[in-house]
Amino acid sequence: MKETWLRGAMFLAGIAFLVGGGTARASGTLTVGMTAGDLPITTGNPDQGFEGYRFVGYNLYDSLVLWDLSQGDKASDIKPGLATEWHVDEGNTKRWIFTLRQGVKWHDGCDFTADDVVWNMSHTTNDKAPEFDPSQFAQARAYLGTYAGVEKIDDRTVAFDTKVPDSLFPYEISYVLMISPCRAKEVKYDWTEYAKQPSGTGPYRFDKAVPHQRMEFVPNKEYWDKARVPKQDRLVLVPMPEASTRTAALQSGQVDWIEAPSPDAIDRLKSAGMQIVTKIYPHNWSYQLNFVTGPFTDKRVRQAANYALNREDMKDMLNGLMLEGYSTVPPSLPYYGHPVLYQYNPDKAKALLKEAGCVPCKVNFAISTSGSGQMQPLPMNELVKSNMEAVGFEVTLNTMDWNALLQLTREGVDKHPDTSSINVSRGSQDPFNALIRHVWTGAWAPKGANWGHYSNPAVDQLVDDILAEFDTTKRFVLLTKLNELMNEEAVMIFVAHDLNPRALSPKVHGFVQAQSWFQDLTPVTVAP
Amino acid sequence: MTYYILRRILYAIPIAFGVSVVCFSLVYIAPGDPLQTVMPPDATAETIAIVKHAYGFDKPLPVQFVIWLGHVLTGDFGMSIATRRPVFLEVTDALANTALLALFAAPIAFFTGYAMGVIAGCFPGRWLDRLVTGVAVMGVSLPNYWLGIVLVIVFAVQLMLLPATGMGPNGSTGFHIYEWSSAKFLVLPVITLAMIPIGILARTTRAAVAEVRSQDFVQTLRAKGLSEWAVTRHVLKNSLPQVMAVMGLQFGYLIGGSILVETVFTWPGSGFLLSKAIINRDVPVLQGTILTLSLVFVATNLVVDLLQSLVDPRIRRG
Repeated sequence: MKETWLRGAMFLAGIAFLVGGGTARASGTLTVGMTAGDLPITTGNPDQGFEGYRFVGYNLYDSLVLWDLSQGDKASDIKPGLATEWHVDEGNTKRWIFTLRQGVKWHDGCDFTADDVVWNMSHTTNDKAPEFDPSQFAQARAYLGTYAGVEKIDDRTVAFDTKVPDSLFPYEISYVLMISPCRAKEVKYDWTEYAKQPSGTGPYRFDKAVPHQRMEFVPNKEYWDKARVPKQDRLVLVPMPEASTRTAALQSGQVDWIEAPSPDAIDRLKSAGMQIVTKIYPHNWSYQLNFVTGPFTDKRVRQAANYALNREDMKDMLNGLMLEGYSTVPPSLPYYGHPVLYQYNPDKAKALLKEAGCVPCKVNFAISTSGSGQMQPLPMNELVKSNMEAVGFEVTLNTMDWNALLQLTREGVDKHPDTSSINVSRGSQDPFNALIRHVWTGAWAPKGANWGHYSNPAVDQLVDDILAEFDTTKRFVLLTKLNELMNEEAVMIFVAHDLNPRALSPKVHGFVQAQSWFQDLTPVTVAP
Repeated sequence: MTYYILRRILYAIPIAFGVSVVCFSLVYIAPGDPLQTVMPPDATAETIAIVKHAYGFDKPLPVQFVIWLGHVLTGDFGMSIATRRPVFLEVTDALANTALLALFAAPIAFFTGYAMGVIAGCFPGRWLDRLVTGVAVMGVSLPNYWLGIVLVIVFAVQLMLLPATGMGPNGSTGFHIYEWSSAKFLVLPVITLAMIPIGILARTTRAAVAEVRSQDFVQTLRAKGLSEWAVTRHVLKNSLPQVMAVMGLQFGYLIGGSILVETVFTWPGSGFLLSKAIINRDVPVLQGTILTLSLVFVATNLVVDLLQSLVDPRIRRG
């Protein structure tokens, strides 16, 4: 009798092992392995760079202006979000008028109103207000360089004032996500508490989170844009900073989607039946140069460095996961134009160095071991070093961790005159971030992102003209001119554009990869 | 004995204070900004100044230290800059997760390592000794993150028997040790984590046993006509204090969490927390974690010292 009972128990245990040992999940759940080291914060503008915006920010929240991620054929541009229309005030080019969408509700049931927009701007910019959140201030401030104030005109209209005429303001406001004042007041402005029960107007509602492990969203069935009500039952976000862990998790069926598989895992994933999706997007892996002291103050040396690089070799090294970078923006952006391209030409590079009298040309680069958008920084930098040394440079790589490099970047060239260049990859999603911030005298670090203090009256004039040009077509002409001028001046050592690789399980359907740092997960379904 | 315990506890107080000073200062020596996680790369000097003021990082370091120590003494470790959760909660959650791994890895490692060491020590120079020593050296030399990745490839990717990463299935909000759906997440990290202490303990035990066996009193015991088993018992007892000291240290390391193993398995323990805090320069978490782990080390050593004194009366008298 005892033996029979034991056998039965063992049989049941075996069944339980087989069932439990598998990786069964509810159908329609999309589980994403992110590269982020931790779950992005949920109190509005997220941390963890644009990956935070991609998976948490634009899913829980909306901004007045959103990005059109519905197609992948051309670079994404902005589209109406919580605002249905915007225009510059006819009598005052320093004032933008936004018409707000009606009938939108926060996840907590409150109505979205013009007062909420005013409250949100106070929440992110006014350090005297009770709703002020310093972390949101820090996140949003970078995008609100020209913001001067906001005013409610009526229940469906708000006006934004800018310090100078700013034709690019709609792009900048697209990064400022709107959170629910109702919920904030309910939790008495306790942002730790708010993070546990965030409320936005986005296509997903927050369901639950286990700190550092996973965050789960469910569809917002009442989302105002009916075409973007999520098609999956549940979205689960898991931080997995280690590339090999992400790959294993996808292969074992624990996740359905991973961000940035490492180039050497691509063939293995393909042979396992995974979908590898790549697309050019506004990303720039390059070197920003020191224009105050050292060899790069000479344009010929900058050009020589650009001619020295064999970008095709680098593409091979990365298993094809890059596009050769010859400009600040990739050719897919509408203001790329016809810039001077510094194709691989070592002889020309040698001649230019000789002409500049810089032989051997000693330079040192501040680089990081890893970091957001940095791709494979160590081997890529080693290849750049060997290419440059082959034409007469003597390159010292000053390797540091990502945080230290960011600090060096923020402080600017004045504090680091001995550094010839910094290798910080940049998003070039909108015209200001793509072009202007790198070359505008008004953006000299530590005030802005012009690390090496490039200054050129012609460029500054062009920037002023761009900011004052409210006609999109005419502005594109000016932006194209700026991009071409930046190339002609060789303001950077251009190297690569990332291809935004991600690997998807064969069960994942309906994903359209946009040419953007952000992606729309709402049309995605997961077969059981 | 009471006097001995009190004396050891009193010794621990200046050590703990020293640790708090060092761990507070250390994090400021490294380059980088404590507000990196909340600050975009393009933050202007003006933005940084306002945010530093809001977080209290604009005060002189000694003032920050006194404020921090005052809060720590009342159990308030501050708030994490990155996650906005109380540091105390961050550290205790992470420690509990690491302790879970350690509680399974330690007995496996200690029993296996000790047994291997005793066998090797009792047969010095023989093939059994060479075999055990070889395995022990391999255990110490194998990079455990590599072993972890190999185990994942075999058991998660190929055989699909165990999960590759994480600490619990989708939908769960806690870890349930009695449920296989949760418990299976423990298996691979525990095995990986146990490998290094196994090697270290096997080698330490072997050396201790071999050393005691070469002492005169063992010869005397044999001359008295004691059986080999009875002699071995004496040898083991005499070698135990040395082995226990190493076990204590190893337990401290296990509780401290392995950054590599926890990163490979995305296990949200103290090592993983520490590595993220270092990368993000999350100063309050860094200080809270280092201080707590150091205190755990001090406490573990204290407990081991007391246990050693119980086993070996000579230590008490010394």
